[in-house]
Amino acid sequence: MANTLSIIQAVNQALMNEMKIDDKVIVYGEDVGVEGGVFRATVDLQKTFGKERAFDTPLAESAIVGTAVGMAINGLKPVVEMQFSGFSYPAFNQIISHVARMRNRSRGQYNLPMVIRAPYGGGIRALEHHSESTEALYAQIPGIKVVIPSTPYDAKGLLIAAIRDPDPVLFWEPKRIYRAFKQEIPEEAYEIPLGKAKVLQEGDDITIVAWGAMVPDVQRAVKMVEEKGISAEIIDLRTIAPMDRDSFIDSVKKTGRILVVHEAPKTLGVGSEIISIVNEKAFLHLEAPPTRLTGFDTTFPLPRGEKHYIPSPKRIAKTIEDIVNY
Amino acid sequence: MRLEDYNPMNNEMYQVMDPMGKVEDKEEIPELDDEQLKYLYRTMLYTRTIDEKALSYQRQGRMLTYAPNLGQEAAQVGSAYSLDDEDWLVPAFRELGAWLVRGVPLKNIYLYWYGNEWGSHMPEGVKVLPVSVPIASQLQHATGIGMANNIKNEKNVVLTYVGDGGTSHGDFHEALNFASVFKSPVVFIVQNNQYAISTSRKVQTLSENIAMKATAYGMPGVLVDGNDIFAMYNATKAAVDRARNGEGPTLIEAYTYRLGAHTTSDDPTKYRDDAEVDEWRKKDPILRFGEYLKENNVIDEDWIESTKKELEEEVKKTFEAIEDKSDTELEDIFKYHFETMPAQLQEQLDEYRSFLEGGK
Repeated sequence: MANTLSIIQAVNQALMNEMKIDDKVIVYGEDVGVEGGVFRATVDLQKTFGKERAFDTPLAESAIVGTAVGMAINGLKPVVEMQFSGFSYPAFNQIISHVARMRNRSRGQYNLPMVIRAPYGGGIRALEHHSESTEALYAQIPGIKVVIPSTPYDAKGLLIAAIRDPDPVLFWEPKRIYRAFKQEIPEEAYEIPLGKAKVLQEGDDITIVAWGAMVPDVQRAVKMVEEKGISAEIIDLRTIAPMDRDSFIDSVKKTGRILVVHEAPKTLGVGSEIISIVNEKAFLHLEAPPTRLTGFDTTFPLPRGEKHYIPSPKRIAKTIEDIVNY
Repeated sequence: MRLEDYNPMNNEMYQVMDPMGKVEDKEEIPELDDEQLKYLYRTMLYTRTIDEKALSYQRQGRMLTYAPNLGQEAAQVGSAYSLDDEDWLVPAFRELGAWLVRGVPLKNIYLYWYGNEWGSHMPEGVKVLPVSVPIASQLQHATGIGMANNIKNEKNVVLTYVGDGGTSHGDFHEALNFASVFKSPVVFIVQNNQYAISTSRKVQTLSENIAMKATAYGMPGVLVDGNDIFAMYNATKAAVDRARNGEGPTLIEAYTYRLGAHTTSDDPTKYRDDAEVDEWRKKDPILRFGEYLKENNVIDEDWIESTKKELEEEVKKTFEAIEDKSDTELEDIFKYHFETMPAQLQEQLDEYRSFLEGGK
């Protein structure tokens, strides 16, 4: 059976599916129970599965993540929510010091099958701390996986894979496109493997790597340059860590050019890593300098300034042309 | 004072056995037979022997940094002895006596301090989490383990430890608050040994005692003479029973003293007087318990001497079995980050291995 859902609805359906199949799956966080989440990602979970399995907590991110560590050690599969990725920092110590390390510290005795979900990214005209893209902060930590979907189909399949994964996964959801479009997806549970990128469109002249809310903007930009005869290959990275390196290495070997587009600041971002890998693995195939188009190395501006911060389709299109005409 | 009447707001300390080993209120003596009493005393001696030997190995350059437990043996052994087989122990890093009671082999303990992660991999059935270095962060795990017990309808309880310095941490507050709100079956032991490295307990909090903080979380709190093994056992046992009955968490402040350094990298003479240390030596938990046991004809000097000798042999043998034979296997550094090693990690391992083998 298929149904037509937005990303946020797909997230909700993934949680519903998994809670139904596996009573070890427990969902909790701030406002996730009675209200069903500030974005409604967890709506009806409490009604369907009861207060024991979907519940509200006191306002304390470190405790939300820290108790999830304990629950995972004790045989459950907690899926906890950080209300916004910008509020995950009180839990930073738990994530870095314990979530990421428990398997290695105990030499395999305790793995942590847990998921930390959070909406991330800008473009929703929000207050301070509600717009950041901090995937790079987490992606460098050995021992955790960082996943970012860009479509309803992927959101559901990747979240189900994350919940079933024996290791901890940070699942960052692009809130700018939570309700931007709908897609027909299967009603039943399905998995999309973590650590695998997706080629959204094949092309010959340039490889463009993006993830999350930047993917539809890249697609718009590519439409613009196609009119000028440029053929672009678009790769949705989907998992930031561990990264599917072969996806863009193979693509660059074909196109000779690469552009990475992300919302997060430029310096020491995920784009820097992708370009380093391209330099190491596909250097002799390059026909133009590997390029990043990203947010600025600034604090994310308040709503009156955010249109300047996130690379627009027009700016992406201009950058593609510059690289191809290098 | 009886435990059931206890109120931390009165700032009194629960004690059964005084520093001379005398018990005034016989009703408060726990129901333990001679073999159990001997086991407890032996474990305290074992703890001290392990510490003393480790310190001497460290001075000889044979052991790395080590955090001694000298003076805190009753707080650790007495509390952990109140658990049942299926219960969990979530330590900080200065809980040697509790580890031994819960079945952690000395080999593991020395291996950890010797610098090998396998020390934290417990034998099957030993429900003791690895050492947690980030202060107070482990309390959250204890609360979560207990919350999972409630969800799974399991009756085992969680005993967890933190120091007096740890009570200043946000994680201390969050863990106690969550445990109370979710009626998590946890017993929180604060080993108040008066110092967080060099910082005096008086600087951590202006609260008259730490146990009274429990009141604001809506849970019982008990200030216990941490050098009195009977008081520690009774207070923890009552809290463990309470947790097992579904009545939620308890906070216990074990009032004790760190006779040694914070770790072997620390010089306590810089921040405290000899006179203060000498005062606390008189309250040594092993002396006190020994006096009681001799007075009651459970043990005698000969038993103590032969036990000490036996323990010293055991400790020596265990250390020598790991010394110089415990370097990390290269692959182990990489192997335990994920169930399946990611390609980039495998590549890093392969490249390094080929360098070691002479390079291709």
